[in-house]
Amino acid sequence: MIDLLRGFMNWLFEPSIALTLTIVAVWALYRYRRVCTQNKIVGGLIVASPLLFFFFSAFDPNFWIQFKRPDNIPIAGMMFLVVFFTWFALKLAVDNDDRIREGRPPKEADPEEEEKVFVWPDLVYTELLCLLLVSILLVVWSILIPAPLEEPANPQLTPNPSKAPWYFLGLQEILVYFDPWLAGVVIPTFIIIGLMAIPYIDTNEKGNGYYTYEERKSEIFLFQFGFIVLWVFLVFEGTFLRGPNWNFYGPYEYWDPHKLVPLTNINLSEVLWARWLGIGLPSFWLVREFVGIVLMLLYFVALPVWLARGFLRRYYDQMGLMRYVIFSHLLLWMVMIPIKMYLRWTINLKYFVAIPELLFNI
Amino acid sequence: MSWLNNLKDKVGTPSGWYSDLTRTPVWKSIFRHKLPNDPKNRALVVLTNVFLHLHPVRMRKQGLRVSYTWCMGGISFFLFLSLTVTGILLMFYYRPTAQHAYPDMLDLMESASLGIMREMHRWAAHLMIITVWLHMLRVFLTGSYKPPREFNWVVGVLLLVLTLLFSFTGYLLPWDQLAMWAVTVGSNMARATPMMGTEGPGVQLMQIGDVPLITAGSDMRFVLLAGRFVGEGALLRFYVLHCLGIPFIFVILLAVHFWRVRRDGGISGPGKGGKLAL
Ligand code: HEM
Repeated sequence: MIDLLRGFMNWLFEPSIALTLTIVAVWALYRYRRVCTQNKIVGGLIVASPLLFFFFSAFDPNFWIQFKRPDNIPIAGMMFLVVFFTWFALKLAVDNDDRIREGRPPKEADPEEEEKVFVWPDLVYTELLCLLLVSILLVVWSILIPAPLEEPANPQLTPNPSKAPWYFLGLQEILVYFDPWLAGVVIPTFIIIGLMAIPYIDTNEKGNGYYTYEERKSEIFLFQFGFIVLWVFLVFEGTFLRGPNWNFYGPYEYWDPHKLVPLTNINLSEVLWARWLGIGLPSFWLVREFVGIVLMLLYFVALPVWLARGFLRRYYDQMGLMRYVIFSHLLLWMVMIPIKMYLRWTINLKYFVAIPELLFNI
Repeated sequence: MSWLNNLKDKVGTPSGWYSDLTRTPVWKSIFRHKLPNDPKNRALVVLTNVFLHLHPVRMRKQGLRVSYTWCMGGISFFLFLSLTVTGILLMFYYRPTAQHAYPDMLDLMESASLGIMREMHRWAAHLMIITVWLHMLRVFLTGSYKPPREFNWVVGVLLLVLTLLFSFTGYLLPWDQLAMWAVTVGSNMARATPMMGTEGPGVQLMQIGDVPLITAGSDMRFVLLAGRFVGEGALLRFYVLHCLGIPFIFVILLAVHFWRVRRDGGISGPGKGGKLAL
C-alpha cells in the first residue's frame, strides 16, 4: 500500500505531469477562487498542502536525505509562504471584488481606514514586534540547524550533481532546454528587464492600492505564472527532483548515480532531413536549418502580429505599438520555456534551430 | 494585542525611576521632546530622530495593516541590517585566501564564542531572498507599482538583483566543495555571453585580422573570476564584491527606495494616487 502510494507520488512528480499540475493548480485557484478562499476546509487544505507534503515526505528515507540538507530547509519554508500569501492575497481580493460588485469601495478605502494615525506609537511598535519575531526565528533556527560545511574546495573533484545555489536552480533547469547564452544570459536579462518594464507596460489604471483580482485578471495570472510556475516550481524541481547527472528522480526515489537515461535528443533539422525525407543533412546551415528558422520567425514575428489582430487585440489597442511589441516579446519568451520543456519531454526535441557553426542554437 | 497597548501606554506615561530619568539633563540633551504621549510630542519624536524620520509623522491606518503590507519590506530591511552586523563579526575571523578561508570557517564554527554567527548570517541571507520575493509579490498584487510608484518598482527590481548577487558572491566564501562548484556552475554561463564569451554566439566577429579578441583569458567569465577557473583570484574578487562593492550600491539604492516610498505618497492605497505627502 505504502509502496503503491510512493510509486504514485513519484509518477505524479514526473516533470511533464508535475509542471502540468502546477499550471492547472494556479489556474484552478484563480478560477474557483470563491470556494478556495471562503470554504474553510478547502482553504485550509490549500494552505496546509506544502506542510503536509513535506511532513509526510520526511518519513521517506530517500526524501529525507535531500530534505535534511540545511540549505534545502528554507525551500520548504518558501513553498509554504508562497502558497500561503498567494492564497491570503486572493482571499482579500475576493472580498474586495464582492464589495466592488455591490457598488461599494474596496475595504482599503473605508472611511475608517482613511483615518490618519500617528506613526509613533502605532507603526513603530508593529515594526518592533516584527523585528522581535524575526530575531527569535533566526536565533532558534541558527541554534537548531548548523550551517553546512563540506570538504575543502577541490578543483579536481566534481560533485555529482553540481548544483547552483538554490535560488538560481530555475535558471539551471532552463539550461537543460536552452543554450547557455539563452539560459544564462538572455533569459535572465529578459527576466530583469521584464520585471522592470511591468509598470510601463501595464496600462490598466484599476487595482492601484488595494487587493483585487477581477479588475486585473490577466496581469495577475501572468505574473503568478511567471513567479509560481517558472520560478518557484523550477526551484523545487531543481532541488528535490534533479539528481546525479542532472537526471530526474521522483521525490521518493533513491538517487542512483548509475540510473540510465537514454540520451536521444535530436534537433528539428535531423527529424526533418534524416527521419522524414530520408536524406542526409545538407552541409550549408542556412539550408539545413531553413524550416527551424522559418518556424522561429513565425513565432517571434508573425505570431505577435496575428495576436494583435485577434486574441490580444484589446491589449494592442490599449497599449499602442511600442508597448505591445515589448510586451508580446516578453510574453513569447516566457511561453517558450514551457513549450521547449514539453517538447523535450515528449518528443525529445533538442533545438528548433541548431547552428553549431555560429554557436547559435534555439 | 492588549499587552502591546499596555506597553505603549507604559512608555507614554513614565513613573518611578523612569520618570526621574527623563528629567536628567543627559536625557534631555539626547531627546529634544517630552515623552510621546500627546500629538505634538508624537510628531516631534519622529521628526527629531534621524532613524525614525524615515517615517512620516502620521499615516493612513490602512498602510499600517500587516494584512496589507505583510511587513515584508520592513522584514527584508531588518534582515539586511542583521546581515550587516553578523557579517562584520564574521569579517574579524575570515581571511579570503585559498590557504586560510576553509580553516577559518572551521575555527569559526568550533572555537569562536557566540558560535552561531555563521548560521545567523547564512539563514538570514536565505530568508532575505524569500522575503524580498514575497515583498515583490505583495507590491504586485496590490498594484502598488502603478503611477506614481513606477520608478520605485524599478529600484526594487535592482534591489532584488543585488540581493541575489549578495547571496551568490557570499556562497563562494566558505571555500568548500559546495561553494566552489555552485559558483563554477553559475559562472560557466558567462562563457556563453553573446560576443563577449568564448562560447557565445557572435564571438567569431570579435577579431582583428586573425587575432581573436575574446579568449579564455579575456572573456566575461575571466572578468568575473579573475582567472580561467574558480580559484584564489575569484575568491578575493567575490569577497570584495560581497563585503564592499555590492553593499555600497545596495545602500544607495535602499536610500532611494525609502525616500521614494515617502515622496510617492507613502504606502499605496486606493484613491490617493499621485498626491505628494510631506
Ligand atoms: C532588498 C530589498 C527591499 C527592501 C529592504 C525593501 C523595503 C521596502 C519597504 C520597507 C517598503 C515600505 C512598505 C512595505 O514594507 O511594504 C517598500 C515599499 C515598496 N517596495 Fe520595496 N524593498 C525591497 C525590494 C523591493 C522589490 C524587489 C520591489 C519590486 C520589484 C520593491 C518595490 C516596492 C514598491 C513599489 C514599494 C511601495 C509600495 C507601496 O507604496 O505600497 N521593493 N520597500
